[in-house]
Amino acid sequence: MNILQSGRGELIQPFDLDEFREWNRTKKSRKLVDKLMSEQEAVSKFVHDGCYIGTELYGTVRAPMSLAREVVRQGVKDLRVCGQGVLELDLWLAAGLVKKLDITYIGLEVYGTSPSLRRAVESGQVESCVEWSNGAITWRMKAAAMGVPFLPTRSMLGTGTLEYSAAKVVRDPFTGLKVALLPALILDAALIHVHRADRYGNCQVEGISGFAFEMARACKRLIISAEEIVPTEEIRKYPDRTMIPYYLVDAVVHAPFGSHPGEMAYVYGRDETAIKEWVRMSKTPEGAKAYLDKYVYGVEDHQEYLDLFGPARLDQLIAERERRE
Amino acid sequence: MSEQPYSKNELMICVAARLFEDGTTCFIGTGIPMLAAMLAAKTTAPNLVPIFEFGGMGAILEDLPRAVGGARTFHKGLAASGICDTMETAQRGFVDYGFLGGAQIDPYGNLNSITIGDHDHPKARLPGSGGGNDVGSSCWQTIAIMQHQKRRFVPQVDVVTTPGYLTGPGAREEAGLPRGTGPAYVVSTLALMDYDPGTRRMRLKALNPGVTVEEVVGNTGFDLVMPGEIGQNAPPSAEELRLLRKEIDPEGLYI
Repeated sequence: MNILQSGRGELIQPFDLDEFREWNRTKKSRKLVDKLMSEQEAVSKFVHDGCYIGTELYGTVRAPMSLAREVVRQGVKDLRVCGQGVLELDLWLAAGLVKKLDITYIGLEVYGTSPSLRRAVESGQVESCVEWSNGAITWRMKAAAMGVPFLPTRSMLGTGTLEYSAAKVVRDPFTGLKVALLPALILDAALIHVHRADRYGNCQVEGISGFAFEMARACKRLIISAEEIVPTEEIRKYPDRTMIPYYLVDAVVHAPFGSHPGEMAYVYGRDETAIKEWVRMSKTPEGAKAYLDKYVYGVEDHQEYLDLFGPARLDQLIAERERRE
Repeated sequence: MSEQPYSKNELMICVAARLFEDGTTCFIGTGIPMLAAMLAAKTTAPNLVPIFEFGGMGAILEDLPRAVGGARTFHKGLAASGICDTMETAQRGFVDYGFLGGAQIDPYGNLNSITIGDHDHPKARLPGSGGGNDVGSSCWQTIAIMQHQKRRFVPQVDVVTTPGYLTGPGAREEAGLPRGTGPAYVVSTLALMDYDPGTRRMRLKALNPGVTVEEVVGNTGFDLVMPGEIGQNAPPSAEELRLLRKEIDPEGLYI
């Protein structure tokens, strides 16, 4: 097949599909094994210096914030990260943990561009930014989930987004259309926050699914944090709701308010005051450091983090939750 | 017509909202496009189906979403799906409009949200494409919403993040983008622009109240195509202002 154009971005995470199959055969148990553990244990077991990691959903929505803060607390270095992120990736960038980015969107949404991203990239601390669209990065995971080396798309064509990506343009042999080929993305570690899971890792999500389905199937190690740990009988009552079956999962962490200061659909709303505190403090490196000192390094674990806000504030967020009626 | 004072942003949101067609599907980006979609849904387009990239489809927009994946993007929605489904729905030709923003726009409607300056050594690192590139590639028509400033309306964007007409007539098709797609309008704080069908370059269509052609030209870093007749955008009506201030953005996040 004739390659018409090659993006000049680096393929940050080269992959081997047969090795992935072998991994899934030998490193992923088919047995129902109790995987319940703390954030601390899960991160120290499965997130390593230099690993390629991603989070889902993002920043202010169903984000694995208790896990993201634990990654900072443990100071895991030289991370290669894919993503769309708001607060979670901001914390990693501000803490100097990120070496390379397959970037789609990192910003503060309503509150504009991310000063932490700007400082980390403009100073050269992040060595490379390879560009993708949100659709493209998810289709890369979908390719891995399918067990195939690439997926074609009609996104990214003709743009700088493609030029600074690692995609390739070819003519489709069936129709003659030009398509962008997106290489599969197999993450070393993925962090996903869900509404409920059992201790074996069967997971159910309410509301939009984001890219949890694809990411859960495109990683070697998967750490789940869940608002609620339920008996397997509960899962079995609604098997149609199970988006992530247990065999994909390596660790299950019980993390009520695990998305705080972000929201969790139908459980609690976002904590605007806490989000604005990061927006304000992250404007300067000193402010970002003071925030990390207080909310990450200054607490032992997720419970101590929640104690900084207190039950009245958390009850208020529950009252502000999205309602089905 | 209203005699009430209003801000440039309020007028821009009203002009954008009036472009929504009832009974269409529309990809909504974060920020100002959300306010415009809410205003349209409450006025001229009650059957608008808003689509948010992470899966929200057909929400009743009662409260302003602050995140493209927030629960308000599927509040009383028709479907809560995922990003593959929304993007693939657009790629199959089901999404009529896409409403987008960016830091820079050029005469062909290409948008930049990646970097200012050289990509590898940027003066400013911007958030990135997000869903913008997908929306600009696959929706039938895209509408950009921009602050009208010379540093934003530039002869050439630093990185073409979201495709407009690229380098001119035929360029989208040549690149492989779906046939018959492309930018339709630019709504700015000064005027409404469309595109000249012959050259695919941005064309002045209608001025906001009190704005002169000279003011638009002076704030645009390239030559706009000038049509024989230039229209006038109506000021916000009292009802539009009431909805914006009392129901859509009572906290004044954007207006």
